[in-house]
Amino acid sequence: MSDNPGPRTLGKVRPHQTQNEALLFEKSSPGKRAYKLPPLDVPPVNALELLQDQCRAQHAELPELSEIELIRHFTRLSTWNYAIDLGMYPLGSCTMKYNPRVNEFVSRIEGLAEAHPYRPESLAQGILEVIDLLQKCLIEITGMDTITLQPAAGAHGEFTGILLVRAWHESQGNPRHKILIPDSAHGTNPATAAICGYQVENLKSNADGGIDLEALARQVTDDTAALMLTNPSTLGVFENEIHKIADILHAKGALLYMDGANMNALVGKVRPGEFGVDVMHLNLHKTFSTPHGGGGPGSGPVACKKFLEPFLPTPVLVRGNEGLREQGNKKTGTKELRDSGAGELHWDYNRPHSVGRVRAFYGNTGMFIRALAYILANGPDGLRQTTEDAVLNANYIRKKLEDLYELPYKTPSMHEVVFSDKRQAAKGVKTGDIAKRLIDYGFHPYTVSFPLIVHGALMIEPTESESVEELDLFIDAMRSIAREVEETPELVKTAPHSTRVSRLDEVQAARKPVLRWKKQGLGTGD
Amino acid sequence: MRYLPKSDAERARMLAEIGARSIDDLFAVIPAEYRLARDLDVPRQQGESEIIDYFKAAGNENATDYASFLGAGAYRHYRPVIIDSLVQRGEFLTSYTPYQAEITQGTLQAIFEFQTMIAELTGMDVANASMYDGSTGAAEATMMAVRVTGRHKAAVARTVHPEYREVMATYARHQGLPLEPVDYDSGTGRVDLDALDAAVTSETAAVLVQSPNFFGVVEDIPAIAEIAHRKGALLIVTIAEAVSLGIVRPPVEADIVAMEAQSFGVALSYGGPFCGVIATKEQHVRQMPGRLAGQTVDGAGNRGFVLTLATREQHIRREKATSNICTNQALVALMATIFLSVYGKEGIRELAEHNLAKAHYAASTLSSVAGVKQLFTGAPRFHEFVLKTDEAPAAWSERLMENKIVGGIELSRWYPELENATLWCATEMMPRETIDKAAKVLASVAVEA
Repeated sequence: MSDNPGPRTLGKVRPHQTQNEALLFEKSSPGKRAYKLPPLDVPPVNALELLQDQCRAQHAELPELSEIELIRHFTRLSTWNYAIDLGMYPLGSCTMKYNPRVNEFVSRIEGLAEAHPYRPESLAQGILEVIDLLQKCLIEITGMDTITLQPAAGAHGEFTGILLVRAWHESQGNPRHKILIPDSAHGTNPATAAICGYQVENLKSNADGGIDLEALARQVTDDTAALMLTNPSTLGVFENEIHKIADILHAKGALLYMDGANMNALVGKVRPGEFGVDVMHLNLHKTFSTPHGGGGPGSGPVACKKFLEPFLPTPVLVRGNEGLREQGNKKTGTKELRDSGAGELHWDYNRPHSVGRVRAFYGNTGMFIRALAYILANGPDGLRQTTEDAVLNANYIRKKLEDLYELPYKTPSMHEVVFSDKRQAAKGVKTGDIAKRLIDYGFHPYTVSFPLIVHGALMIEPTESESVEELDLFIDAMRSIAREVEETPELVKTAPHSTRVSRLDEVQAARKPVLRWKKQGLGTGD
Repeated sequence: MRYLPKSDAERARMLAEIGARSIDDLFAVIPAEYRLARDLDVPRQQGESEIIDYFKAAGNENATDYASFLGAGAYRHYRPVIIDSLVQRGEFLTSYTPYQAEITQGTLQAIFEFQTMIAELTGMDVANASMYDGSTGAAEATMMAVRVTGRHKAAVARTVHPEYREVMATYARHQGLPLEPVDYDSGTGRVDLDALDAAVTSETAAVLVQSPNFFGVVEDIPAIAEIAHRKGALLIVTIAEAVSLGIVRPPVEADIVAMEAQSFGVALSYGGPFCGVIATKEQHVRQMPGRLAGQTVDGAGNRGFVLTLATREQHIRREKATSNICTNQALVALMATIFLSVYGKEGIRELAEHNLAKAHYAASTLSSVAGVKQLFTGAPRFHEFVLKTDEAPAAWSERLMENKIVGGIELSRWYPELENATLWCATEMMPRETIDKAAKVLASVAVEA
């Protein structure tokens, strides 16, 4: 990379180190250790005698290294990553907001982190209270009637939500066959409908990128189970005729499913339960600040209306002796941290109409703790201000870039803005190139080529976590790149120039997949 | 609000530059009737110290001072300190899915190392970057077997974790994929091979067993594989206790291994987040769900890593994808990777041997109490065992609880035929003292009230 001609002084983050770091397996040498077990306080056993033909004959080829080498290995690897902690992460639809450190601290409190899922409920009241309070807060935020926290991620929440839809239709005598999905939807939506046994029917967007009401009315039949709608849409546009959408569906007995990926535009300002949504999922790793961790863990709670409650996955959290019916009728919001004197919490497994389990145990509990810590740190005023700042930031970027980048839809933006590369493509520079060039300016790329309804999309979601200074740096970078496209397009097309590795050969990776290290054959790799 | 990096003056300046009179202008597109005109009814904004106090109180209410013999799919092993030091580095913690390879080489190389370790341990050719957990991994593995074989039935051992089976049933219901339960041998606690032979037909896509199974017994994988393969079905082996792989023969005859890696350095955390992972033979890799990191080169010939074979995935293939999975358990997989590199080649074996020794001592000590009998003793097992007591479990578990010990979990909850039987687990964390004390309490007759 030293002979690379790319500029070295642009932007705010210094180029990555040029150091190399071999694989653990290549660094391993026999006899090194990073562990020491305490002496056994029971008689040792002869494994071969106990396990006989089921005893492992050969050790697995795991690396052998000392502790300092491991610390350096993983620390060095970490320095090759971009992260929210390093700067703005304008990935549209992904809501890369600040991950508060107190979340991490409280999730590791001993009594919570070391609780076994099968411990007697009498010894688990603390964690059950945490789950109960989070459920109440999320029900209040969404304006729905009830919730399950079991799904492990957004797509898993979609799966659960569509199962609820299906179970309800079945209880009405006919599961129906079709799920309507707008062409602007996330790929998980059609994939989910398919694994729930539904046919996917595409719904074309109207000229504003929203739902075409006439097309919807034509396409919804008594064989339509639901519409899966993202609101605000993946264009960052609020479906302002949402009540008509819901009415069209409900008139034909179909349900409205909302993909809550963009809930960061709504919290504290508007509640999906009030605009006709029957069932929706949330992403705690987007809206509620739990860390993305390089791709997970997430958590995808599903909130729904009362009539879907009997179908929720087992088990369901209930308090005292109250049956579910009473539970549902109770006021769900809470100003209090503790629901004192209301009886013990327990899991109800006796749910004859349930869709079944979608995951072992109760969900990604560690994420529940973090999400609740976030809600408590914000309070009602903070949650509302967060939403307002997220929308303010997106509109600020839109205003500052709309003269240089094509805005395919002029409809008002909520928390994200989608441009197209139309003008830059005329110079042979595509959205993917601009994204890679952003890396040289110290930013993570925006979401590239999505939603599919915008050719060459640049999907930008700043979130509320960016200061004016950071936004201005991003805007300067985007404006500078637009200039480079005019003057030195090759510079953009061959970006990034400041990273440890340049663009990687993805074709080779897919054609001859090397998915693991092997003892012989690969050499040192460098 | 302390997470929001703006002053009111800055907000006003930004609004002015946008050309909005107030923030409400930006929300004007939302019909007024839906705009929330009140505060959300959630607790008021709390200071950091208040948040910590609240969760500490919740933790204390959970009663931390109990010893526990609970296992059953969630295992307490020692977590080396460096795991949390490293995964809390912001560059790992606050990074996104590594789609932009040039600035996520750290995450990608670590995933590649994870995939390699899982493949090594399981005896498979390749492993993916993670699934949600063991239960959904088992369900997805079954759907994968359907794609590979073009068949639409599965035989599932009753000795698979009952909650895994429940999750599989939820997934299978709408796939037109009947799951046939296969009973166990009441003497050994292993899959009944004759029943399996009868259950597998030319329409069976997969045979799914767990090993060590829910009773802690190691299954006879070669014999099961022979039955499955003779009828052209794939063998899926699910593993709930990953540390067993240090000493138990890996299921090399399997076509797919769907495992839960929680035991590799992941906190119990009341059941999640854990770390599922699927491993398989090379020829099935294109039918595998989930992300895969692969090795390649950059323009200058430097080694680098990318997410690859993405044409299997939902963001490319939409309704034709192998799975709808997107977000997985990346940071938890990193915990497992660090755990496995701390213990390494020798350590994982030594750790597994300690577990074997503790459980052997616990099983023999507890089953030597009068009125206590160990079930399923005819086959090898790892660190879990089943005890049958003359006394009802509710009675002795109350006595144990008074002594700050949580005993084994009742099996009749899932296996009505196993009355008064309980499943116990002893890992390397279980002190001999606790085992001896539990035996003493079990032996003492209930005091008549």
